[in-house]
Amino acid sequence: MSIRLHHVSKSFGPVRVVDDVSLDVQKGELLALLGPSGGGKSTVLRIIAGLELADRGEVWLDGERADTLEAQQRRVGFVFQHYALFRHMTVAQNIGFGLQVRGVPHQERGRRANELLELVGLHGLGERYPSQLSGGQRQRVALARALAPEPRLLLLDEPFGAVDAKVREELRVWLRELHDRIGATTLLVTHDREEAFAVADRVVIINGGRVEQIGTPVDVLDEPATEFVAGFMGEVNRYEAEDDGGKLRVGPLLLPAATPDAATTARVVVRSYDIKLWVSDPGIATVARVTTLGDRVRVEATLDGGLPLFAHFPRRSSLLRGVAPGARVAVEVTHARAWPS
Amino acid sequence: MAEAKRKHGFPRVWLVAAVAIYMLAVVALPLGALVAGAADDIGATFATLGHPEARGALFRTLALATTALVIDVIFGVVAAIVLVRDRFFGRRLLGWIIDMPLAMSPVMIGVAFFVLFGRQGWLQPIVAATGIDVVFAFPGMLLVTVFVTLPFVARETQLLLQELGSSEEEAAATLGANRWQTFRMITLPNILPGVASGAALVVARALGEFGAVLVIGGAISGRTDTATTFVYHAVEERQPAAAYGISIVLVALSLAALAAFAIVHNRTRR
Repeated sequence: MSIRLHHVSKSFGPVRVVDDVSLDVQKGELLALLGPSGGGKSTVLRIIAGLELADRGEVWLDGERADTLEAQQRRVGFVFQHYALFRHMTVAQNIGFGLQVRGVPHQERGRRANELLELVGLHGLGERYPSQLSGGQRQRVALARALAPEPRLLLLDEPFGAVDAKVREELRVWLRELHDRIGATTLLVTHDREEAFAVADRVVIINGGRVEQIGTPVDVLDEPATEFVAGFMGEVNRYEAEDDGGKLRVGPLLLPAATPDAATTARVVVRSYDIKLWVSDPGIATVARVTTLGDRVRVEATLDGGLPLFAHFPRRSSLLRGVAPGARVAVEVTHARAWPS
Repeated sequence: MAEAKRKHGFPRVWLVAAVAIYMLAVVALPLGALVAGAADDIGATFATLGHPEARGALFRTLALATTALVIDVIFGVVAAIVLVRDRFFGRRLLGWIIDMPLAMSPVMIGVAFFVLFGRQGWLQPIVAATGIDVVFAFPGMLLVTVFVTLPFVARETQLLLQELGSSEEEAAATLGANRWQTFRMITLPNILPGVASGAALVVARALGEFGAVLVIGGAISGRTDTATTFVYHAVEERQPAAAYGISIVLVALSLAALAAFAIVHNRTRR
């Protein structure tokens, strides 16, 4: 099912949690709403599901105006952050609920529940109660329950937020495979950048209730539309740079970025992996710290003039030869993004 | 670990002993005295239960308790859902009003209803129009019983609803359930333990209610006498066997109700 949000806004009291959000989702797409906690992502999802009413704007599902439809009429599968499984029902009853309320007979429900348990890899657990399952298992039951009535659209609200890191990664891969198999349009809310990149076709970066950027993972990484997006894509170096003949300069460091039109200064974001440095005399910086982080090495240095800088390198990078606290290094920035200050 | 245990162990023994002695003094001794008294002249005690006045009083009390229970459960569940799930102006005031009977003396409540429905009362026109007697009659006794027991189910259910949150109900809605299906299949089973706890309190309170029903009903033998007012009369008229007999039946009924609802509570809690 395709989704279209048209200038949707929503306030809780004086706080505008969703601010003029417009969005188009293609049929069969897996889209991630990504942003910091409290940024309004979940509210967008709840508005699409009909659990929350927008103050303004339009919601279109499959080319039909859906604003006035109750949640129960929207045929949308919703997976809640804390599962929201029916605690007084068995797993099979949970999964069968969406069919039961539509008057599907008992036997048919049981058959379908077994099918779905098979699909989510929980064969034989139908008679258990939710309290007898692990977090990851509950999440799968919640998904099976949402899928049972064959929804046109699947909405997942921080689905892996409450399970531990290892299970989360397994579920991620599994969700992507499941999506490719059943092909339902899927929206996933997450504050975890890696999670969004791992599963989604496109990501929507939401901050302060507004859409900052919509694009493929590579788009938002390489062409961040705003300074916020650039910063949200990982730890970055931020500088106030000055114009130097059309290019930007930070202390002794010349950047490969043009000065924005008619400006003398600009805000600059430089990613940790877009920096090269190597031992050199006289150099333009002094190494302050070298930290080994598993497969990466983090180097912190101080540019002549006092500005700090940090960069990440693969563990065995030849550039690291001789790089130790106190060493003088040359620095080259391979990629930088600038915004008018 | 052993150190900590010993530290806890010493005062704990005395705490347990204090509670045990307290229970013995407050619960076991009076109950024991009652049973001993009844056993003293077991024939007379049983004979009391055969009297039409005694039976009528017991029956009236049972009728009050069960009718009040039905009304309280329906009203309490609706009130709790409205108070917890809806947002409206005056919500907190309403919650406060529902709890108010807990803070009021039953005798005073009886007097209030007496004044309200009495000869000069504001609601006397209703009595005149419908022909339903309230003062010195069963409807009045039911009104005050409902009034004093009203907060119990609402309170217990409210607490549980707050704790549960609304995500299961929202999940049901996204799965296509309408409001009634959501209530019947999700909300109701979830709040049953709370309803059961409240119901136990309602029955215990309704069976034991004295002041309010005495004032509004007048405790007319054979007409508005209840089990408690019957016992009061029996004591006044120095008929211990009658007092023992009805008291023991009352205690047994209360304990049975408490036990029954405790079982429901435990079975339905998850």
